[in-house]
Amino acid sequence: MSTTSTLHTPNQVADRRAKAPHASMFTRMLLRAAVLRRRRAAAALLAMIVAAAVATAMMNLYVDVQAKLRTEFRNYGANVVIVGKDGQSLPADALARVESATGPGSKMLAVPFSYAVARTKDGQSVVVVGTDFTRARQLNHWWKVSHWPDDPKQALIGVRAATVVSPNRQPFELTFQGKPIELTSAGMLQTGAGEDSRIYLDQSEFQNWTGVSPSTIEVAVNGTAAEVESFMRQLAQLLPSADIRPVRQIMEGEANVLNKTRATLYASATLVVLTSALCVLATLMGWVFDRRRDFAIMKALGASERLVNGFFATEAAAMGAVGAILGFFIGIGVAVWIGRANFHAPVVPRFSVFPYVFAGSIAVALISAILPITMLRRIQPAMILRGE
Amino acid sequence: MFPRIVYESFRHQARRKLLAGIAITLGVAVATAMIAVATDIGDKINRELRSYGANLVVTPQEDTLDVEVGGINLKPPSDGAFLNEADLPKIRGTFWHNNIVGFSPMLPVTVKIGSGSGAKDITLIGTYFNKPLHFGKQDFTTGVRITHPWWKVSCGDGSDKASRDCGWPADDSQNVLLGERLAAKLAKRPGDTLEVASRQLTIFGILSTGAAEDDEIVAPLALAQQILGKPGAVRRVYVSALTKPQDAFATQDPNTMSPEVRDRWYCSPYVQSIAYQLQEVIPHSHAEQIRQVAQNEGTVLSRIKGLMLLVTLAALFASALAVSSAMATAIFERRVEVGLMKALGAGNLAVSAIFFAEALLLALVGGIAGFSAGALLAHQIGRSIFNSQISIEPVLFPVILAIAVIVTFAGSAAAIRRAVKFDPVFALRGEG
Repeated sequence: MSTTSTLHTPNQVADRRAKAPHASMFTRMLLRAAVLRRRRAAAALLAMIVAAAVATAMMNLYVDVQAKLRTEFRNYGANVVIVGKDGQSLPADALARVESATGPGSKMLAVPFSYAVARTKDGQSVVVVGTDFTRARQLNHWWKVSHWPDDPKQALIGVRAATVVSPNRQPFELTFQGKPIELTSAGMLQTGAGEDSRIYLDQSEFQNWTGVSPSTIEVAVNGTAAEVESFMRQLAQLLPSADIRPVRQIMEGEANVLNKTRATLYASATLVVLTSALCVLATLMGWVFDRRRDFAIMKALGASERLVNGFFATEAAAMGAVGAILGFFIGIGVAVWIGRANFHAPVVPRFSVFPYVFAGSIAVALISAILPITMLRRIQPAMILRGE
Repeated sequence: MFPRIVYESFRHQARRKLLAGIAITLGVAVATAMIAVATDIGDKINRELRSYGANLVVTPQEDTLDVEVGGINLKPPSDGAFLNEADLPKIRGTFWHNNIVGFSPMLPVTVKIGSGSGAKDITLIGTYFNKPLHFGKQDFTTGVRITHPWWKVSCGDGSDKASRDCGWPADDSQNVLLGERLAAKLAKRPGDTLEVASRQLTIFGILSTGAAEDDEIVAPLALAQQILGKPGAVRRVYVSALTKPQDAFATQDPNTMSPEVRDRWYCSPYVQSIAYQLQEVIPHSHAEQIRQVAQNEGTVLSRIKGLMLLVTLAALFASALAVSSAMATAIFERRVEVGLMKALGAGNLAVSAIFFAEALLLALVGGIAGFSAGALLAHQIGRSIFNSQISIEPVLFPVILAIAVIVTFAGSAAAIRRAVKFDPVFALRGEG
């Protein structure tokens, strides 16, 4: 790295210096400073990288975690319910129309339900529901089902209904407006709510028997409050004859928990970012302060205030920029790892965070360079050179 | 001599010491606040999850099937079994009574509205709104305002400002809430009267829930009991309880457990064990978890807790780095001093000892200041985000102090070693 080995004769040196572009002195000073004090420079750069990485990871998580948590909240089931106005059935193509709506995000699940009150052999009334089992299973994760039906003639029986219609899981008969149907029990359904007193049947089988078409569609749609609202407006246009209702219990619970989590995460992320900025500040101030002799020599040789300031500022900015770029990629890696570890789903790298990290790193680096320089400016170069 | 060197060092280099001290204080403050928040977040989010409503329901043991379609109850009103309202305050007497946030009894009654051919069957639900009760020496209030926080009452004119004759009815009044869709259908407003079962009831507010209650009338429990003619009757009770995420142990059958295992199960706030205890205090009852609410809170809770743990680790890492880089910088600046000491005959050990003693002092002072600042910060976060106190365990104090000392030492060690190894001649000449 030493330049002396490449020097030959004074002529050659003079020649080379004459040919070299004038601006390169500035660049050369920057590079030499970094090379000659590589350990200190590396320490300062490392602090920069770590700070940028931590900041990137935090910002990435802050943006991504909300989407991740929303997905978790969809396990609570439907957040929008579509019912026919005044208890009427929905149009036959209602489900298809709902599915044609472009919901926010790719995940939207619509499950039709139709209801009828049938009678058991001994005259007990029981609610029978027709639905699509594959979809209901995806929507209602909390349903505890001993065995899902795999044959249209099989019914899913709520635990309380089972004690009435089929205590020993034997085949049973139901009648609806005089029309009987023979059913076997596939499994038991337990939810702790109204479903426990109902009997669930496959939709087409149910419709053949009762002639009742779906009156309710439960929709789980993933997105922010505003996205869900616009989705509901879209549904209202597609299905003018239906009532579109938000499930307030689910929507408000979700908003509440999400807001609190977001606020906590925001506070923590701010603290972490501030601490890492502090780390950069401490290291970089040391690095600049440590070079007060360079500073003094430059001034003694007649460098203007502007040049000296510009030199240290450029140096700090360059360090900030390099640190930000390297730190950004490490930070993305950390965020992806956290996403895997905690949510078992990959975190999408948010490159939109980069400008903030980049600008922030350079700003912190500049502040940490300018503070010691303003302190040094008051001191005579001679005193620094004398080692005082 | 040793204490004097340290003392003088603090006296003459107050500015530098202050910088390092500030770095340690801030680092410790952030670490304390984050640890406090992370240890408490589970409890806080658990409480927030209660905004999803009750996670347990208590029904009579010998109940007939519910026959309810689209909010209309087709079951004959006097059919089936009832719970006794007088038993409800006993819910506060269960082992985990502090975990029970609230409960609401429900008594649906089918009533006829209007007369002649225009008469319609409407469900009237009797419940507690915010009823004062007492059990033993405890006084408490409970009702749907606690267990069903998404129920909103408005005055029908778009404003939700409660006034003297509009809002939540009193539990001992003859006033009712009208579901918003029913109100629109009947064209009724708050202040109007409604004839229900030959009683003139005043509509006190319009209720919006986004569920079946929007088509129903909600009344104080006592009124519903009068209409039904069954004083003290309750059809079901919704209980909102703070629970621990369930695991394999939670789902075991308590009747097959050995006494010690059963005690452990009984004394864990699992939703199953709370259900078991509710059954014990309310005679002839069956308590069941509402799976939609109860099953999901565990996952959400563990996700948020895991996230905060990782963020806390990041915070600890960042503050450790900040402290150690501040220390390294502070020591690096003092090479001349080291050179002088060594030139005067000080050994490496003596020089290192001085630096470590200074670091220890800084860490202790910064640790104490940082712990107080961090406690304040955690308190502030708790207040502004969760409207409640974030408690700081006193046991955290020695732990934090120990961490501060260790991190300060670790951060200083490399710098001290380099400062000690540095040739005193160069250092004194000011080259380095």
